[in-house]
Formats: sequence, structure tokens, C-alpha cells
Amino acid sequence: MDIDAALKNPALCPPLLKRLKQTLDGRPLRFMEVCGTHTVSIFRSGLRSLLPSNITHLSGPGCPVCVTHDAEVAAFLDLAQRENLIIATFGDLLRVPGPNGTSLKHAQSQGAHISIVYSPLDALTIAANNPKNDVVFLGVGFETTAPTIAATLMAARQQQLDNFSVLAFHKLVPPALQALLTEQEQYIDAFLLPGHVSTIIGLAPYSFLPEHYHVPGIVAGFEAADILLALCLMAESIRDKKPVLHNAYERAVSSDGNPKAREIMAQVFETTNALWRGLGEIPQSGLRIRKEWENMDAITRFDLTLSNIPTRTACRCGDVLKGRISPADCPLFGKKCTPAAPVGPCMVSTEGSCAAYFKYAG
Amino acid sequence: MSGDSILLDYGSGGMASQRLIQECFFRHFENPILARMDDAARLEMRSPLAMSTDSYTVTPLFFPGGSIGTLAVHGTVNDVAMLGARPRYMSCAFIIEEGLPMDTLERVVADMGQCAREAGILIVTGDTKVVPKGACDKLFITTTGIGELIIPDGPSGHKAHPGDAILISGSMGDHGLTIMAQREELTFDTAIRSDSAPLNHMIEALMCKLTSVHVLRDPTRGGLATTLNEIAHQSDVVIEIEEEHIPVHDAVKNTCSFLGLDPLYLANEGKCLCIVPEQEAEAALHIMRATPQGHEAVRIGTVLAAEGKTKAGQVILKTPIGGKRLLGMLEGDQLPRIC
Repeated sequence: MDIDAALKNPALCPPLLKRLKQTLDGRPLRFMEVCGTHTVSIFRSGLRSLLPSNITHLSGPGCPVCVTHDAEVAAFLDLAQRENLIIATFGDLLRVPGPNGTSLKHAQSQGAHISIVYSPLDALTIAANNPKNDVVFLGVGFETTAPTIAATLMAARQQQLDNFSVLAFHKLVPPALQALLTEQEQYIDAFLLPGHVSTIIGLAPYSFLPEHYHVPGIVAGFEAADILLALCLMAESIRDKKPVLHNAYERAVSSDGNPKAREIMAQVFETTNALWRGLGEIPQSGLRIRKEWENMDAITRFDLTLSNIPTRTACRCGDVLKGRISPADCPLFGKKCTPAAPVGPCMVSTEGSCAAYFKYAG
Repeated sequence: MSGDSILLDYGSGGMASQRLIQECFFRHFENPILARMDDAARLEMRSPLAMSTDSYTVTPLFFPGGSIGTLAVHGTVNDVAMLGARPRYMSCAFIIEEGLPMDTLERVVADMGQCAREAGILIVTGDTKVVPKGACDKLFITTTGIGELIIPDGPSGHKAHPGDAILISGSMGDHGLTIMAQREELTFDTAIRSDSAPLNHMIEALMCKLTSVHVLRDPTRGGLATTLNEIAHQSDVVIEIEEEHIPVHDAVKNTCSFLGLDPLYLANEGKCLCIVPEQEAEAALHIMRATPQGHEAVRIGTVLAAEGKTKAGQVILKTPIGGKRLLGMLEGDQLPRIC
């Protein structure tokens, strides 16, 4: 049996739950996960219903769709209206509403050419098959997806696909965590760090968590037992007053991450300030395409501009993403905002916190 | 007629239509009622009857495990059967986009003929319209089925009682994932096939051999989760199921996990949910497992009355680690995730 299958064994959980309860000894623990896959796993596995009541579970800004800013969606919609242009995108961006409530799905019904792809390399095939059209891939995601997009741009240049470009709105996880910790009152006791992002960046970029903010951070896998073990390590770190940064996902994450992927990423991208839904502009928290690759940068190629438009409705995605409120505390939740008719992006992706609460918590 | 493509003439009612009817439809649907070529089919039936209609618009037309033709027959046969009925006759209406290759139409019609024979249902009347290119997507089929109830007061979504056992005839998600993989041109090494199949023979065995069957439903669009929610609402009960017992093939499980999809919300086209009194559960499983469509049949849960924190209409999923969560209705399409 491989290790992933072995970790699904339900018998692993009760001893870990016992250890967690004993370690906490009634002390409160407010932990935040910053990966949508963790959010879903916590709900889907039923783990949330088993956690002791002194544990508060906060969902952070960990789903790429959720943190997509109104201004960025406006840029997608602007592109969708251009003549002879095909947008290639991952599926869950389609329903994200823009500033006037319309989404790419609406644009598609009005005749915009939008293709769902599962890999950015599929977008190159579309570009090769449609030489008379511009093909733009919507580059949204964290450190996990950025290296693949960079490799795709390299492949496009090699294949001389002059009609291919990327609209890059990639975001970086560690600066967002720092932004959360610089809020006036510290309300997060520990972070459940993202497994996938960490495979690329390793542990070092999170070192500020214990060093500057005395908050433990545990990189964890996605099985219920993985998450419970991470919670035990958090609880022990807090009990011992020794904030640690620990890799509890060694079967997938090397502490140094993936230097080769980072090198590819650095050839194409450089860091820049970025707009986050609900969090606003965070310095050096995004990636933009370097000047050497300008001809494949959709922003310059199609003269797109981004403006920091304020959120238009009572949607409280911002507070949800910061873990300030539970999705159910938003006045729109489950009423005006549902997965079928989402007002905010947190309700769109299957991994968005609002969608997860709606689906699993009722 | 192979080698041609369908022209607007074929739907005109003239000679071209006649040729299409004789050489394609009659050949594959062959039966004496259809062969009479009257304006309507004359049927001999005992009452009460069960009737159901559905339109089929799937892309692509052919996929591993089936085609629009197999769905058009199985879908309607199964809907009629779910009332505890024996499906007898079926009508079919084709809307064909001009230019569709004749070979393609013939393959679909051959699939329908084959499925009808297997299900023991006669296709007794039909209609063909050809529309200009772009007015429809290749081929749409509407079928209507009619059948006789095996017992007068048959199963219904309103009849789930607290204490009943919930059984499922086989694995979940195969059809929905097959179509999604084909439509999006996902290439996986794993063999995922649609489960398109007729359930009427299995249903007939259940109806004839058991003293009581409360609910029969085929979890098609919206999947098992949506169907269970509908039943919980209709019957005003709580449904509790155990995740560990729900059969999902490994290939489906792994692909769903990769794409961020939930197999419990994916469509099935050859599976049946069966709710029976507790004392009938073992016998029902035995009957189902003896049929090709039900060899993976298992019990997945129990019907409960609302009490304490639970409310009527809720579907509760017990997870392998012993947690519980709500299994809600599907809201909109499932979309594959970014990372």
C-alpha cells in the first residue's frame, strides 16, 4: 500500500484527536488554513464536526479565484469583447462576477470565444490551430501554477506562436500572510500552510511567521490525519511557547522546495505589487511578466489598465478572506449569494470558503 | 445509404424521407406495429400506466460505453421502470442538423435498436425533422416511453419511511465523468466508461419478488446527492448514508480528486437507488446482485425521522473518520478547479 493510501486509514484519527485535546487542555486555538484544498478537506472529511469546541477554524486567502480582484475580472471582460480573440482559461474563473455583476459566462453567452483548458499547454494547441486569432491565457493562481505558465511562455516562443499571450495575475502566498499578521489585533494563533505552494517555495519564505510574529506554521498534506497531526504540532508549539516552522508533508514537500521550478518562474516573472480581493494592494505580492517577454504579455499587447475599483456590494469576501468573519456572517450568504448565483468569488470556486460553508455546513 | 449526408430533403415528407425511414429506422427498429406505417401506433395495454419523456442532446454523440442512441433508450426505459413499471412501447423524434453524415445517424439508430431489443421495448412511432446547419447541434433525440405498473400502488419518492434501508445498484459517477472527459478532451490513461444500461429487468425482478419497494430512482443529472435530497424532501425524512459504503471506481475517484469534482454529484445512466423496508434489504440486494446491472449493489444508508439537530429534508453523510456533514443539492455545474 502506498503512503497516501495508508494515510486515508480512518483508524489514524482517534489517537491524534485525543493527543490534540490533551495538548490543548482547554486552551483556545484559532488556526487558519491558506489553501482551498485544505478548506474542502476539513469539511469533506467531516473533520470539522469532530474538532473540540475550543478550536476555531478560519479559512484564509487560499483559493486563487477568491482573491481575484474586481479590476482583474474587469480586464478579463475587456479582453472577451475584443474581435478575433480566444480566451483560454481554467474553468472556475468563468463564473467570477466582475464590477458590474457580469462574468465570463455572460460574455460567452454574448458570443465571446472562451475555451476551458486543464493545462496552459492546451492553450498553445488552441493558438496553433487558430493562427488568425489571438489566444490569451488567463494566468491566475499562486506559486503552484506560475512555473507551468512560465514554461508555457517558453514553449510558445520556441514554437514561434506569435498569436499567444498570457494575462498574468499571479499572486504570492507569504506576503498575504504577512499582511494578515500586520492587522491591528492579532487573531490567528497558527497557520496550516499550503501543501502545493510549499512544494515550489519550500519553507524559508515562511520563516518570518515564528521569527517576527511568534506564530507557528505547519506545512501539511490533505488527508484528515495530515491535518490532525498539523493541529497537534501547532498545539504543542503554543503550549511550549516555542513557535515553530515545520514541514509535516515531507512525502511531497522538500524543505528547499523546487529550485528548478523557481528558476523557470524567475526567468519569465518578476515580483510586483498586486491587488487582492478584499485585502487591497499588497506590496510585492504578485508576479508580472518581465520586459524580455513583453510581446507575450497581454497587458501591454492589448493595452489593458487596472484600476483599484472598490467592491460594489454588501459582499464581505474581504473579511471572509481575512478570517475576520465566518461566511455565514455575511448578509448575502445563502440569500443573494449562492454557488448558482455568486456575488463574490469566494462563492464561485469549489474551493472557495463561502462555497465550502454553503455546501458542507448548510 | 452509407456515404451520404443528411440533406434538408430528408425531412420534407417526400421520397427522401421515405427512403430514410425504410432503410434506416425500420431496419433497426423492426416490429409489426411500426411496420403498419399508420399515422399513429395502436397499442394493447393493461392499466394503470407509467409514462415518461426526455430529450437527449449530448456532446459528443459517441463516447466510451455508449452514445446518444443508448442514452435515448436507456434514459426513458429507466424512468418508466422507476415507477415499478414494465416498459412496453416507445416513441422517438429526431431533430437532425443538415449535413450530418448518414453513417453517424445509422450508428445512433443501430444503437437504439439494439438497446430496445435488450430492454424488451418496442419503438412504435417516430418523427424526423431536418433543420438548416447551425439550427441544432448535429442530432437531438426525444423519446417517450410507456409501460404497465407491475403492482397498482408502486414505488414513489414520497414513500421513504424512517427505518427503511437505502440500497444502490452500483458505482457512482462513471457516466458524468466520461462525458466531461470527452467534452473537454481530457486524456487520461485510466479507463472510464459510461454506465449507460437498461434497469427494467432488474426492477421487474425486485417488484415481482419483494413484498414491498418504497422508492426507486435513477440518480441521473445531479447525481446521487441530488436524488437523495429530492427523496428526503418529498418524503419529509432525514437520510443518513455512509461515505465508505458508496461504491466509486478508483479511476473515477482519482480523476475527481485531481479535478476537484465530487462523484456524488456526477450523472449516472445505469444505476438505481432502491429504498425498501429493513426486513427486505438482504433479499433486495440478493436480487440486484444476480443481474449484470446490479452486481455491485450495496446498502449505503438508512432513512431516519427528524429529531434533535436534524431537520426533515436533510441528507447527512457519515465520513470514514466518523465525522458528519450535510450532503446538499448541486448548485450550478461543477467546474474543474485551478490548482
